[in-house]
Amino acid sequence: MAGTSAAATALDQDGPLVSLKNVTKRFPGIVANDRISIDFWPGEVHVLLGENGAGKSTLVSMLTGFQQPSEGEIEVAGVPQDLSSPQRALDLGIGAVYQHSMLAPTLTLAENVSLGRPWWQKPDRRGIADEMRKTANSVGITIRPEALTSALSLGERQQAEIVRALMRGSRFLILDEATAMLTPKDAEKLGNLMRLIAQDGRGVVFITHKLNEAVAYGDRISVLRLGKKVGGLPPEQLRAMDKTEAHDEIVRLMFGTRTTGSEATENTPPPQHKLDETEKPILEILALEVDDEATPVSGIELKIRPGEVVGIAGIDGNGQVQLAEALAGQRPVRNGRIYLDGVSIEDKSIGGRRNLGLSYVTDDRLGEGIVGAFPVSLNLLLKQIGDAPFWKHGLEQPAEIARNATEKVAAFDIRTPGIGTPAGKLSGGNIQKLLLARELGEKTRAVIFAKPTYGLDLQNIAASRNRIREAADARKAVLLISTELDELLELSDRIAVMSQGRIVGIVDNNETARQRVGELMSGVGE
Amino acid sequence: MALFTEAFLTALLAGAISAGIPLLLVGLGEQMSEKSGVLNIGIEGMMLAGAYTGFLIAWKTESMGLGFIAGAGGGMFVALFMAVLCVRMGLNQIVIGISLTLGAEGATAILHHFQFSRTYPRLPATLKWDIPVLHDIPVIGPALFGREPVVYFALILVAVFAYLYRRTHFGLALQAAGDKPAALDSSGVDVLKVRTVAVLTTGALAGLGGAFMAIVGAGIFVPFMTHGNGFIGIVLAMLARGRPLWVLGGATLFGACLSLTTALQVAGIDIPTDVIQMLPFAAVMAVLIVLGSKANLPVSLGTAYARGER
Amino acid sequence: MTSETAIAPESGGKERKVRLNMHDDRLHFLIITIGPVLATLVIASLILLAMGVSPLDYYGYIFQRGVMSPSGVQATLTRMGPLLLIAASLIVCFRAGIWNLGGDAQFILGAVFVAAAGPELVDALPAWLMLLLCLAIGAAAGAVWSLVPAFLRAYQGINEIITTMMMTFLGGSLANVLVKLVFLDPETTVPQTRTLAVPDRLPRLFDTTVSSGVLLGLAAVLIVHFTMNRTAFGLRLRIVGANAKAAVHAGLPVATLTVIVFSISAGLAGLAGAVSVLGQNGNVRADWNPAYTLTIVPLVFLARFNGFATIAFVFLFSVLSIGSESAARRLGVPNYFTLVTMATLLILMAVAEMIDQRRSKGKAV
Repeated sequence: MAGTSAAATALDQDGPLVSLKNVTKRFPGIVANDRISIDFWPGEVHVLLGENGAGKSTLVSMLTGFQQPSEGEIEVAGVPQDLSSPQRALDLGIGAVYQHSMLAPTLTLAENVSLGRPWWQKPDRRGIADEMRKTANSVGITIRPEALTSALSLGERQQAEIVRALMRGSRFLILDEATAMLTPKDAEKLGNLMRLIAQDGRGVVFITHKLNEAVAYGDRISVLRLGKKVGGLPPEQLRAMDKTEAHDEIVRLMFGTRTTGSEATENTPPPQHKLDETEKPILEILALEVDDEATPVSGIELKIRPGEVVGIAGIDGNGQVQLAEALAGQRPVRNGRIYLDGVSIEDKSIGGRRNLGLSYVTDDRLGEGIVGAFPVSLNLLLKQIGDAPFWKHGLEQPAEIARNATEKVAAFDIRTPGIGTPAGKLSGGNIQKLLLARELGEKTRAVIFAKPTYGLDLQNIAASRNRIREAADARKAVLLISTELDELLELSDRIAVMSQGRIVGIVDNNETARQRVGELMSGVGE
Repeated sequence: MALFTEAFLTALLAGAISAGIPLLLVGLGEQMSEKSGVLNIGIEGMMLAGAYTGFLIAWKTESMGLGFIAGAGGGMFVALFMAVLCVRMGLNQIVIGISLTLGAEGATAILHHFQFSRTYPRLPATLKWDIPVLHDIPVIGPALFGREPVVYFALILVAVFAYLYRRTHFGLALQAAGDKPAALDSSGVDVLKVRTVAVLTTGALAGLGGAFMAIVGAGIFVPFMTHGNGFIGIVLAMLARGRPLWVLGGATLFGACLSLTTALQVAGIDIPTDVIQMLPFAAVMAVLIVLGSKANLPVSLGTAYARGER
Repeated sequence: MTSETAIAPESGGKERKVRLNMHDDRLHFLIITIGPVLATLVIASLILLAMGVSPLDYYGYIFQRGVMSPSGVQATLTRMGPLLLIAASLIVCFRAGIWNLGGDAQFILGAVFVAAAGPELVDALPAWLMLLLCLAIGAAAGAVWSLVPAFLRAYQGINEIITTMMMTFLGGSLANVLVKLVFLDPETTVPQTRTLAVPDRLPRLFDTTVSSGVLLGLAAVLIVHFTMNRTAFGLRLRIVGANAKAAVHAGLPVATLTVIVFSISAGLAGLAGAVSVLGQNGNVRADWNPAYTLTIVPLVFLARFNGFATIAFVFLFSVLSIGSESAARRLGVPNYFTLVTMATLLILMAVAEMIDQRRSKGKAV
């Protein structure tokens, strides 16, 4: 167990920077954190792992002063402290970077850093900008302090937040799922950055549910499950293991079994779909052009046959969203043709396309996928409003709506207290199941999946990927957009690589695919 | 026709400023609330409270200065409810805002009823400060540089606020409070404190604007006398989007239209007030239709902030 | 992991207890409705005492006047007609997420055009057709007045709070211009439109003075309630209101629906103006603008857009305002006192609702 033994990498041998002593946090009806004791040492990247709902975020909010423990104590440098407000936590040198940026979008980075100084003072924009640059340089990154926050990518914002924390003299930095929404490249940058920061003798807490990242960047790992700390790997043990051993051990701690992991997929063989080269494609895209201010899309040519999974690889923001929305009908097509079973659909409405059998599983689940305040039952019918048998002459048929919901909840294993529960109250994984249940009907001919496992925990990732396989097995055409290469290699028959709004190459999924896709993504060869 | 005589132009400009100053004050106030993320619909009530207390104290003490201070205090008193109920307790800003307006309308009318019954005592003319040299410029001089001290205060306030918003951490904090309160909170600034300060300032300015209407504009207090000026202030603040100078421009435009009627009547031309009063709104609507730009309101406008509910 | 839904703070952070037991339900009802009413009575009584009026006399009088006396009940019911129509107008737009705060202008323009058309049509058409046509004119006038904000919001994304408020000021002045210059009754000295004779107005109910406008109002609120809750059309509007992006994703024509919502909402406000003229006043005087919308907005909110609760609140409000109008004459308590009572009630109800929510959320320990 990670415990009181001094870490080998620590520069400061005096004791832990921050200690949780039997910390319990109760919410009505729930114990979010149950007598958790963890020591965080200087000079270490301490990874907190756990499924959604394991209690990681609650732990973080107590460390950052947003919430207070119901029982137990938090010690900072060996002294019990009452972290009564975010200001108090900052004063004690505890900084945090979150999954969603905590910068005001209409201020520049320098102005954001300046927030919190005495109110009458003039913000020293230039001085702060210089200091930011210097601090950023010292950890090997470059930032643009004068840029308006809203004009920056999430990765850039998070780097700026780390710089801000360092400038404030934070000795203890919490990265709360900070990599969850980053591109693989930005995530790697952030990983290296946190190693650098720890080497300076600071303490870093890194919260994630990606095993790869945990093993790659962590010195020490603690695992939470259902609000309790269920185990961990101290540095000596972690270093002694190779990657696979570490994975297996962590999965065992997280789930109590060694076999659930699906992220270690490097050796999974490509799918073996029975494809008939002569069969007519279901979905056919010809010379498609889509307008967009940031990333216009052009020259898209794709054919997807029954039972085929075509993956779209590429770093976020290279036109994938625009392509998906144009196919689904949420965005006008500027030029080109889209055929579904031979029918041209580019001028049809969203509903018209859906009626012909085109489904779109969005990645913006909370933003556009569901109406959070509405019950699960209605969210399952969001795209069929007014259709028989759920509505007759425009009038709601509660019995039919309930029957449909009960069936779908059972068939797709949606864990919800009831079909009347507001969909927004479900966990991310269950919301995704709800979307899958809504989009994968019998009439569906072609499905677009946008980042179908993004932000989900391991169990739900497995469930989502199974649904994609099932769709292909049911002879539907599948377009799979993902930023996770492993996922594409596991599921796709062919992989197209998108870059700056164009498809720069299409690769058959065989032994050399990983190499080829990697080359295309980094702009090598064509 | 000698329409543009010196007397006419002076009356027009002086009237524009008299009608525009309350709008300027209330617009500047609302702007600060909106910047910090509070949609202050109770501002009409704050104005009315300021008009009443301002008039009462000015009448009792025979001191205009004390009257204005009391007016600011009266507006602040109503704003205190807004701060406690909406900022601290997180109640719906629109429901509370409208309630405060209704309550202030009723309360001031009743108080006036019991104090003055049906009489409407009139205040003496207010003290004016002539600015040397500038005052002697024709038209502009008497209209602009021979005015009540409050007029100068309001104009200086425009510059002060522009400085505050752009050049101080207070301005940054206000903007962050309206844009992303959690970001401000995680920087160690108390969001509720910033919003409370903004709302109370709004109350004081609205009260001052109301007091101006009662003490300088009318010289009397009449129930419901602010007559939608607070709402015009809301419109001004929304159109100005955080720029104090724009509030000044808008207030002058609206003030000019309101005073045009009187000025035309002075010149012997009879146009119904209603036609003139439509002008500024019609102009703004026309601009919106032509430009079709998006009104940029703070993201968190109208939503209460509670720590931990990210 | 079967416990996913049980552990909330990670995913939503705002888990509430799903079911309350029977005892809780009753307590809940008590806190949220009776409590504020009682507290308001206490506070208002203290104010009355301070004014030297016995609260018992005052409320006894209002109760007697507004609920017990036949003429009072009739006046209350008649007043409810336009108020209910305005409430219906607000429920439609608020549930669709649209802030139509321009109800006052839509109301007054509806009234003015009806007042202008009614006396013209009365001789040319059978009574029922004239009334029907007038109601349609009122609704149309209101709807037309909302078109600019509607299109600006639907196609340019311009905030409708600003535009509807400006249209309110603009419409109020326009109504005055119309009354004073265009639709002026030449036979009177006060500027007002021609007056519709009492027999030509909306029929009265049975042998009372209650205008059938109240039936129109009740019907409007109930139809709106039913449409919003039970029909596909209402659901579409609610989706647009709750999450416009989801509405786009689901393929709903958001812009078209927005214009439709504006038209219905403003049409109902215009209808309220028509009912006011056809049921009560018979004409429109210059500078007449009852500005009902602002008082109805909070009522609709506190009723949580529920039609039945709205009817109850509007009834309560009408009793208060009718009762206090006579109390003003009889007991010397100015009419304005109702405003104070209303404000107190609204604030206390909002507070009660917040306490109730915190209770069911069970404030974090």
